[in-house]
Amino acid sequence: MNTQAQRLKKRHQISAAFKLFCLSVTCLAVAILGILILEVTLLGLPWLNFDFLTRFPSRFPEKAGILAGLAGTLWLVTLTAAIAIPIGVLAAVYLEEYAKPGRVSTFITINIANLAGVPSIVYGIIGLAIFVRFFGLDRSVLAGAMTMSLLILPVIIIASREAIKAVPSSLRQVAFALGATRWQVTRDHVLPQAMPGILTGVILALSRAIGETAPLIMIGALTYIAFVPEGPMDEFTALPIQIYNWTSRPQEAFHELASAGIIVLLLVLLIMNATAVWIRYRGSKNKFM
Amino acid sequence: MTQTSEVLLQANAVSIAYGDQLAVKTVTLPIYQHRITSIIGPSGCGKSTLLRSFNRMNDFIDQVTLTGEISFNDQNIYAPDADPVAVRLNIGMVFQKPNPFPKTIYDNVAWAPKINGLKDNMDDRVEQALKQAALWDEVKDRLHESALNLSGGQQQRLCIARALAMNPLVLLMDEPCSALDPVSTARIEDLLFELKEKLTIVIVTHNMQQAARVSDFTAFMENGILIEYGPTETLFTNPENQRTEEYVTGRFG
Repeated sequence: MNTQAQRLKKRHQISAAFKLFCLSVTCLAVAILGILILEVTLLGLPWLNFDFLTRFPSRFPEKAGILAGLAGTLWLVTLTAAIAIPIGVLAAVYLEEYAKPGRVSTFITINIANLAGVPSIVYGIIGLAIFVRFFGLDRSVLAGAMTMSLLILPVIIIASREAIKAVPSSLRQVAFALGATRWQVTRDHVLPQAMPGILTGVILALSRAIGETAPLIMIGALTYIAFVPEGPMDEFTALPIQIYNWTSRPQEAFHELASAGIIVLLLVLLIMNATAVWIRYRGSKNKFM
Repeated sequence: MTQTSEVLLQANAVSIAYGDQLAVKTVTLPIYQHRITSIIGPSGCGKSTLLRSFNRMNDFIDQVTLTGEISFNDQNIYAPDADPVAVRLNIGMVFQKPNPFPKTIYDNVAWAPKINGLKDNMDDRVEQALKQAALWDEVKDRLHESALNLSGGQQQRLCIARALAMNPLVLLMDEPCSALDPVSTARIEDLLFELKEKLTIVIVTHNMQQAARVSDFTAFMENGILIEYGPTETLFTNPENQRTEEYVTGRFG
């Protein structure tokens, strides 16, 4: 008689236990992140001031600043975004809206998925061989940005395709039924609807680009730079490289400088993400979505 | 009344297949101008597939093949040089679920003229279309609010207005009332009577009473075959075919 009630109780217990398990895993992940940020902040915050942001690197920690890395990273991210976003989004539009499903399309899809898994150092080698040497771009920001674009293109394409795929087909149908061309349907309905998803993918990709070090070392951005790049053909260094450089020095003060550098890097990332959230919010308000 | 009209749209021996699965089998069906033709039949009988072939909406489904021809004003809309975009400007469509764009009421109606480069007198066009769809009085004070705030019945009438904005000659309706309550359904049915003065309507419906109420001609399909076609009154009161009689009297389907 009692078995039904007992079974039900047991099922509720299992359900509660699973909830607890998920909660603790989430807490663990957040706690580790929190400890990391706390430590970095404690170490680096005393060094973080206006001078730190406006000085170039130096042999003396009290005179060293992050300006070259910060400017290099901003150049790099801007150029990478300008190259990778149009190519990636348009490729996704082509694959989702225009390409006929078939062997060629499947082949491209599989290859893009594979490219997303290629270690970043390999992209550095490609960048060195093609952009730095073959195209003679040298160690310029442009060469770095093009290498980074290669690296993040698969991520942008895959995320944009998912976002485009999620646009209900009924929306396309009704637009076509009104006598629209595919371009008009894509421009007025598919892309606006897919924009939040595309933006999320773009931000994830750019966040990756901002933190990558290996391909930049490979193409020769690991140098002492005491100037701010003034054009896409100038040499540069980037925040993660500067941070890496400081952590590899023996003096304790440089390690603390590295922490301050990490804070700057995190802030740049935060500002980028906040911008994306803002754009998304503004977009959703205009479109009544 | 039902006989004195020109054939505007005509399916000639049309067969439609999904892959190697035949959904519509050699259907020949005339659509008379300024008349309402309804297509009835059980689920999966191919009525929606046939309807969608009238404005080439099946083009978007992979592996759909059509044989035979569909002529509109004596032009085969499946001819190699026929432009499906031009076809859809003349032959509009309203779908089963109300599906307004996530934009304002005004922008919903204005979109089709806009993409066609008709930008002058847009306010008049929008007003005209909304009046034709019997929606104007309800929305004239909130044209710039989101269309998604309208009720289901209003949304469906907005979809009709949107389809009317380009003044098509034919309106295809794919079970336009199946997601609506009886009051909204009645309003749309009233609307159909007014609309047929101006254009030609083909309506697919599950609801046999609806077909009997609104249409001048009815086609009954089963398993992709056009079983019987004729004036609605004849088909419902004195059908020639045994299956038609069983269906319209509710013995199956």
